[in-house]
Amino acid sequence: MNPEQPEAPEARGEDHGAEQKQGKPVGRRVFLGTLGLGALGVVTAPTLQRGLESFLASASDKDPTGLTDLLPNGGGFRYYSVASSVPRKNATTYRLKVDGLVDHPRTYTLAELRALPQNRLVRDVQCVTGWRVPGTPFEGVRLSRLLDAAGVRQGAGAVRFTCFDGTYTESLTLDQARRADVLVALRMQDKALSHAHGGPARLYVAPMYFYKSAKWLSGITVTEDVKPGYWEERGYDVDAWVGRSNGRDDEPTS
Amino acid sequence: MSLRVDTPGRTASVRRFGPATRWVHRTTAVLMGVCVVTAACLYVPQLAELVGRRELVVRVHEWAGLALPVPVLAGLVSRAFRADLGFLNRFGPHDRVWLRAALRRDKRRSSRPAGKFNAGQKIYAAWIAGATLVMLGTGLIMWFTHLTPLVWRTSATFVHDWLALTIGIVLAGHIGMALGDPEARRGMRTGEVSREWAEREHSVWRRSAPREER
Repeated sequence: MNPEQPEAPEARGEDHGAEQKQGKPVGRRVFLGTLGLGALGVVTAPTLQRGLESFLASASDKDPTGLTDLLPNGGGFRYYSVASSVPRKNATTYRLKVDGLVDHPRTYTLAELRALPQNRLVRDVQCVTGWRVPGTPFEGVRLSRLLDAAGVRQGAGAVRFTCFDGTYTESLTLDQARRADVLVALRMQDKALSHAHGGPARLYVAPMYFYKSAKWLSGITVTEDVKPGYWEERGYDVDAWVGRSNGRDDEPTS
Repeated sequence: MSLRVDTPGRTASVRRFGPATRWVHRTTAVLMGVCVVTAACLYVPQLAELVGRRELVVRVHEWAGLALPVPVLAGLVSRAFRADLGFLNRFGPHDRVWLRAALRRDKRRSSRPAGKFNAGQKIYAAWIAGATLVMLGTGLIMWFTHLTPLVWRTSATFVHDWLALTIGIVLAGHIGMALGDPEARRGMRTGEVSREWAEREHSVWRRSAPREER
């Protein structure tokens, strides 16, 4: 046993050094080749991605295991939460409060929201990080209906949304909020909205990037001005039109 | 197979890795582990739901990724580590024999001659180094979005996602093979391996090593 063998002494012998210095530098070539392929991948990504997405979307339709959903852009939603944990709310515990610059502030239960006229929209969902889920049905109450019922006062210009995860916030201008394709969604993909998707009720802003569609919606406050929401304070655009914001050129969703 | 007649000291140990190489491996492994775990928490829906705290997880992932090449760069001050990189870089005729045997799934020792590193380890090392830098580059594009045209971000995300998946699979293979060879792990942990193992697994390396080493 000779644990303190000096490193690379002359005594190591010529053969030993030969193994190191002779031979082709294949390692370097593999290393540089990998870097080159990576750069090529970035350059050709738009083309590759389109092809792969259409292939995976059709594959995931026929995949009973759900494994394709785990592949990048595997044709599914991705779960994002900014809070450490999100309480669960059901039909008995859920409340949606409408207040701020309104004549009739009120609190809705889930049953009351369900009793209102429901609208169903089928649009693509586009995330600002790149994934897109085609033709996703959302169903719920038009936000404009809730605003009209509350009676928006003079001088109001925006709507602020709060969530029962305790952290997330969003905002829309009053004009944006009154669009027909903005819902308080109670159903998604023709099923009751699950907790992971922001249930029992979430905002659904069809024409904008999906971060505007705040999950676990618990409060609608009419305000004078738009206040940037959670991600918007971290660099995303407040007016998040799909294809016309955040420097992206995705096809508009609504 | 080496034709050695000196049987005494069968259980003797030989030096395989110096402290620099071992520490570079150790710290790189920890950083890579942090990258993989945080990536899983950002990416796998079930884990993302379990962990939440997206901003914190992103922050940890970014910094671990940024630090990932540092141990190797710091290791370059060590001559022993540079020598190991030299062994990894150079391919001799025996490496071609090894690769051909691997492709044929020929597991006989005699058809798998190897120097200090076998051809598989050499290719793995070169590839994972390149892949790590591609991940770092695409990661930086995703991190500092205002530095590059924004179309690049989508492209970078695409490459980052798919390469992450590939790295995960390859890394699992690397760890799996280490789990299957306790003596190789001992070499990385303590720097010493048994002479018997070295002669069996790395015959070309042992044959060329000085005879006096016991």
